[in-house]
Amino acid sequence: MVNQVIFFYFAVVILASAILTITQKNPIHSVMFMLLLFFHIAGVFVLLNAEFLAAVQLIVYAGAILILYLFVVMLLNVDRESTAARANRFWPWMAGFGALIAAEVILLIARGTFPSEAGQQPMRLAGSGVKELGELLYQKYLVPFEVASIILLVGLVGAVMLAKKRASD
Amino acid sequence: MLDMNQLLHYVFTLGIPVAVLLAFILANAVYLQLMERKVLAHMQGRLGPMRTGWHGLLQPIADSVKFLMKEDIIPAKADKWVFSLAPFILLVMAFGSMVIIPYGPPTDFFGLLPKKVPLWVSNLNVGILFVLAFSSVGTYGVIMAGWASNNKYSLMGGFRSAAQMISYEIPMAFSIITVVLMSGSLNLSDIVNAQTDRWFVVALPVGPVAFFLYLMSGIAETNRVPFDLPEAESELVAGYFTEYSGIRFGMFYMAEYMNMIVVSLLASIMFLGGWLPVQILPHTLGHIAPIAFINKLLAAIPPTIWLLGKLYFFIFFYMWLRATLPRYRYDQLMSISWKILLPLSLGTLLVAAGMKQMGWL
Repeated sequence: MVNQVIFFYFAVVILASAILTITQKNPIHSVMFMLLLFFHIAGVFVLLNAEFLAAVQLIVYAGAILILYLFVVMLLNVDRESTAARANRFWPWMAGFGALIAAEVILLIARGTFPSEAGQQPMRLAGSGVKELGELLYQKYLVPFEVASIILLVGLVGAVMLAKKRASD
Repeated sequence: MLDMNQLLHYVFTLGIPVAVLLAFILANAVYLQLMERKVLAHMQGRLGPMRTGWHGLLQPIADSVKFLMKEDIIPAKADKWVFSLAPFILLVMAFGSMVIIPYGPPTDFFGLLPKKVPLWVSNLNVGILFVLAFSSVGTYGVIMAGWASNNKYSLMGGFRSAAQMISYEIPMAFSIITVVLMSGSLNLSDIVNAQTDRWFVVALPVGPVAFFLYLMSGIAETNRVPFDLPEAESELVAGYFTEYSGIRFGMFYMAEYMNMIVVSLLASIMFLGGWLPVQILPHTLGHIAPIAFINKLLAAIPPTIWLLGKLYFFIFFYMWLRATLPRYRYDQLMSISWKILLPLSLGTLLVAAGMKQMGWL
């Protein structure tokens, strides 16, 4: 009962802050609502007994990625951004693709089966799940894990190459 | 519904720890300010605050009342919401970290209580990760304060602070991972218990290096001398909190001291054996009678006192640094982190992982 109340609190705040993130005129306010969103997603992970995921959610998304967003957004001219046009002439295309993706997500959720009701605690691991996660990632799924890290490395090198000053400049 | 026993259980495991922790936090938040002023004054051959109470003991109370009574000014061009929220984010994140930290093993206070109660509010299995997460989210408070003030000095201070906190988080995380490797756990109580035989600060060869890395990046994370560029008063007035006044300014001060406490507590827990007592070479010299007697005496001091002693040693160290060292230049600050601390921390981690694999650690 208590779990369900907490779950619905998280769910409502997640939805509200997600909507506010994309409707705010000021990009900094958008980032702030996104921070709220990440916090509540971490809260849902805690509710599911996935403390490790909650911590990683905060460290990676809130602590690293969103901070970089904030940096970029602050370097923009906020006054100009907040009065800029929200859409250009391609907006019907964008709306169409958005609707398509939304339909797909809704279809997937409708067809999926969930092992338990919302707000229940399905995972009852002995520890924090770190050991199990480590064994899965570094033994069973070692190759996909390494491939993912190589893809990240390629992205990193690519960013450095793009930002590098050429000798002729 | 809850029955009486369950209610009592919650009171003992949740209500009392939270109340005690809150009292501890608030007492520290006001009195560390006095300690800092006194330590600095005596190091500079002055007396510090002397007039309010005996040797200025009531000064923090007078200061707090002043903070509360002052007008809370929000600049006209400031972003009001973000401006008002920023100090709360910093403070809440610092409080959050303190909730996870264990302050001693479960105790019954020398038989005063019918059963042993934990000296922590929450003993998370991944506690150390949460402390890292909270400290990285605390950065938002600084950036928000800097940006929302609509003042170029504040913005510069906020940017500097954010860049600094992001840069020094990396060597800090690597030194913490080294400790996690050595102890084999992410739980702070388990990390302390893993140090029963030897503290990690003397676990050669990686222990001292990781300790040095953690201490350096911890000082930088809390924006203290010699890494206090975000509030460099000769360049930036007061950095990101230039425009703040009254109680919100006081909250920034509180958050700074809270963060110092968190970093010091973690340093004590991860490297100096947490609440374990100092023992003089128990394995080699422990059988000699006078040394064995001293060791027994040291072990008789309650664990929490040991932890607090280590904590205040680090706090004193912070103040000592402030009285001694000049400030780094900004480019030096960045190159120290990226060119010295980061490679060193990666190397430490590699050596530690190799030693763990060989079973030497």
